[in-house]
Amino acid sequence: MDFRLLALYPRQMNIYADRGNLIFLQRRCEWRGIGFRLASAAHGESFDPAGHDMIYIGGGQDRDQIEIAADMARTKRDALAEAAAAGVQVLAVCGGYQLLGHSYSLDGRKVEGVGLLDIETVRESGPRLIGNIAIETALRDAEGPLELAGFENHGGRTYLGDRATPLGKVVNGFGNNGNEGHEGAIGGPDGNVIGTYLHGPLLPKNHRFADLLIERALRRRHPGIGSLEPAGDDDLERAAHETALRAARG
Amino acid sequence: MDLLFKAKAGIARAIGVASRASGRGGGTTLPGRVLLRLDGEALAKLGRELDGKVTLVSASNGKTTTSSMIANALRAAGHTPVHNHAGSNMAWGVATAMIESRGDCGLFEVDEAWLPKVAAAVRPSTVCLGNLFRDQLDRYGELDRIVDEWSAMVDRLDPGCSLVLNADDPLVASVAGERPARDIVFFGIDDTSHAVEGEVHASDADLCRRCGGTLEYSVRLMGHIGHYRCPGCGWERPQPQVRATRVEMRGMDGTVATVQTPEGEIRLEVPLPGLYNVYNALAALAVAIANRIDPQTAAGGIGSTGAVFGRVEVIAIDDRELAILLIKNPVGANEVIRTLVDGEADKVTIPHLWIALNDRIADGRDISWVWDADFERLAGKVGRVTCAGTRAAEMALRLKYAGIDEDRLHVVGPVDESLDAALAATGEGERLFALPTYTALLELRTLLAKRGLAKDYWE
Repeated sequence: MDFRLLALYPRQMNIYADRGNLIFLQRRCEWRGIGFRLASAAHGESFDPAGHDMIYIGGGQDRDQIEIAADMARTKRDALAEAAAAGVQVLAVCGGYQLLGHSYSLDGRKVEGVGLLDIETVRESGPRLIGNIAIETALRDAEGPLELAGFENHGGRTYLGDRATPLGKVVNGFGNNGNEGHEGAIGGPDGNVIGTYLHGPLLPKNHRFADLLIERALRRRHPGIGSLEPAGDDDLERAAHETALRAARG
Repeated sequence: MDLLFKAKAGIARAIGVASRASGRGGGTTLPGRVLLRLDGEALAKLGRELDGKVTLVSASNGKTTTSSMIANALRAAGHTPVHNHAGSNMAWGVATAMIESRGDCGLFEVDEAWLPKVAAAVRPSTVCLGNLFRDQLDRYGELDRIVDEWSAMVDRLDPGCSLVLNADDPLVASVAGERPARDIVFFGIDDTSHAVEGEVHASDADLCRRCGGTLEYSVRLMGHIGHYRCPGCGWERPQPQVRATRVEMRGMDGTVATVQTPEGEIRLEVPLPGLYNVYNALAALAVAIANRIDPQTAAGGIGSTGAVFGRVEVIAIDDRELAILLIKNPVGANEVIRTLVDGEADKVTIPHLWIALNDRIADGRDISWVWDADFERLAGKVGRVTCAGTRAAEMALRLKYAGIDEDRLHVVGPVDESLDAALAATGEGERLFALPTYTALLELRTLLAKRGLAKDYWE
């Protein structure tokens, strides 16, 4: 069995060390004896929508993102829509999250997104929303509901449409827009498209969430598999998660 | 200086003396804070006392070391710089140095974000820009913004102000803009034998600042620093006037470089390890040349530079050595790691390592960056790692996923306890390498000073 991961724009969309997520997924697959295959689709490249179990896109600088929004519409929108409709797990973080929406406004320009999530992002007056964040999600695994910890740093405020549900409720921090108390968005036919402002290496801070993504991604091609084997005792992973949660609580 | 301002400066100076006497802390910023509160124009007024000879130094990495090298070059040429040598590099740190010391010229390292404001006030005669790397995005914002602000600052510099720029950093070289060539001294490394091997993860300048095209590199020396060209508009690395044509690394002992200057070839001995310190030394040499100091004289001064506060400092503790190397962002950490492991393959080269990861404001609250640094290079090369700091567990986790065996990793949060644990595990005659982030370095210094092992940092 192998886990086939596709990273979109891994060079430009890596501003907050997004590659930490890729390393984390790779190790947790390898330690379980699950083969790991990483592919990438850079500027100008399309991809095979049936060739991947999970698609990841991270955050970039504003200037790079304008470029990338245009390229995404040109070379990746159709493949993304097809993969998402087929239930492929998608995780979009920070700038990548904004790009999956209908549009986002930046410096008076309206940048078109790929429309995979029913969200809209605007730049309102007011400071960037920066800091540690903790959210309670509706996701659960064998241990119970998942609480996520991370760090957010975004100028854009994101508003959800009717066809998107929040990823979670903000416990500490700002979330989508700093007003409505929710964070991230879930869309797709099986809730398989997830976007979040918890930026950069959020999976290392949330190993249960990482495992849940691996499990869901694999289950599409291997419907019979049960829960994943443990990847080790996870003592350090739990300690890291607790530290990040504590940082958010202040 | 008008009388009223003189009186205000006197008050500020006295407050600094009182603060130090009370043992309450560094006092490297308090007099400046007080004076800036009393007089909004204080920085400009103090700057005028320095006779139009002020050098400002900024960079993501290497500000303190580069300034210290420039100070030595200036002193070798007979000058007495007023210098914020303790590394307090925001407006009040610069003001404090101006209030408290006298000299015939000014030399100030300045925080990247503060640089445009400080430059507007003190009207420098030389501005030296070393590098820009992703660093504390929660505090500084995106790098593009800093480059924009620096470019705008360059446009407003007085005519005749010298600009000393790293030719190998496309972000820094791009701020030259339309400034006349006679006012610019570029420095760089021509020797390509120390290129980074493998993929460069922490790269911040993929796109050309002029046309938005993707830059092509013939060689990368660290991060996005190297020899680059834009195939779109043809913009390329400027030819440096101060360039190292041969760089010979001597491990932790430093580096010897052959440098071409407008005055001919010289030999530059850099007493600190790593390619990043070669860049710092070249920057210092270029500043000296911009100030018409003889390159040989300047090289002599630069060569006498010892370790500055927490940058490759070695302290003896009970027949053991503690070598301190600051880490604060991915490219800086990568260079420290490269310096530590360079040389012998497949052998444990670092028996004992202590890494302290803090997330206080001066460190940047966001610790994401540890996943951008290539800690993978340490796998198979370290004996035992003690992780400390407010985010110790996440540091250990990063190392586990970098391929270091979990049973080599020890998490002990508090700086004092964890340092004692690491020292206890270090044998007599052995060396413990300590890699703290900025505020962990301050904690470490205070701890060592309390034990009588190091000077207080404001001395």
